[in-house]
Amino acid sequence: MTTKKFMFVNRKAPYGTIYALESLEVVLIGAAFEQDVSLAFMDDGVYQLKKGHNTKGIDVKGFERTYGALEDYDVTKLYVDEESLKARGLTADDLCVPVEVMSRAAIGKLMEEQDVLLSF
Amino acid sequence: MRISVLVNEGPYTHEASDSAFHFVRAALARGHDIFRVFFYHDGVNNGTRLTTPPQDDRNVVNRWSKLAQESELDLVVCVAAAQRRGIVDEGEAKRNGKDATNLAPGFRISGLGQLIEAGIQSDRLVVFGD
Repeated sequence: MTTKKFMFVNRKAPYGTIYALESLEVVLIGAAFEQDVSLAFMDDGVYQLKKGHNTKGIDVKGFERTYGALEDYDVTKLYVDEESLKARGLTADDLCVPVEVMSRAAIGKLMEEQDVLLSF
Repeated sequence: MRISVLVNEGPYTHEASDSAFHFVRAALARGHDIFRVFFYHDGVNNGTRLTTPPQDDRNVVNRWSKLAQESELDLVVCVAAAQRRGIVDEGEAKRNGKDATNLAPGFRISGLGQLIEAGIQSDRLVVFGD
């Protein structure tokens, strides 16, 4: 099968809308199809990776553990926009998985290299 | 060029589905090949035949069905997203013990693999969302 570079761009907070959860479902299928998958997190999307999701109060299933499981699917290219982190008072230490923190320009460059960009 | 389209929002609340429709129609008119239109998130609501908008407004669902028939479009509704939102065909009704179906003509329900395949097989995957 042809392998293409798929980048999933996550821009929204993990809860409040379903985009983050349903984006993860596509990521896993992309990995199952043995595509070259990477994820970018920017804007409120950086909150998706924040340690310690607690969804008891909103009665919604939490899915922080899925980010930790991405490695099992050989999805290891996780890029986080530095400006978005800083604007929200976060650092890489606040995140639940190892990531590469990059400048917005560097992520833009990576986007140029992709065959398919899916923004959620 | 071979193009696929991803529609991430439902009809009427967002313009994404309208824009996607106009894009697909224009691309076909220019002689491009539309490999697939995939409906995800609330986009699956574009596939319910029970939609009844006011008569002086466009019917987003029927418009997709008609274009599918005229141009042999492959309109695919994501099964997982459809199950969450109550978009049901006969197979799904049987599997999940539902007493009705509402999938519009020209649409079919299938898995997310169809979206990834569309990305692989197409020169461009164009996303319409919020």
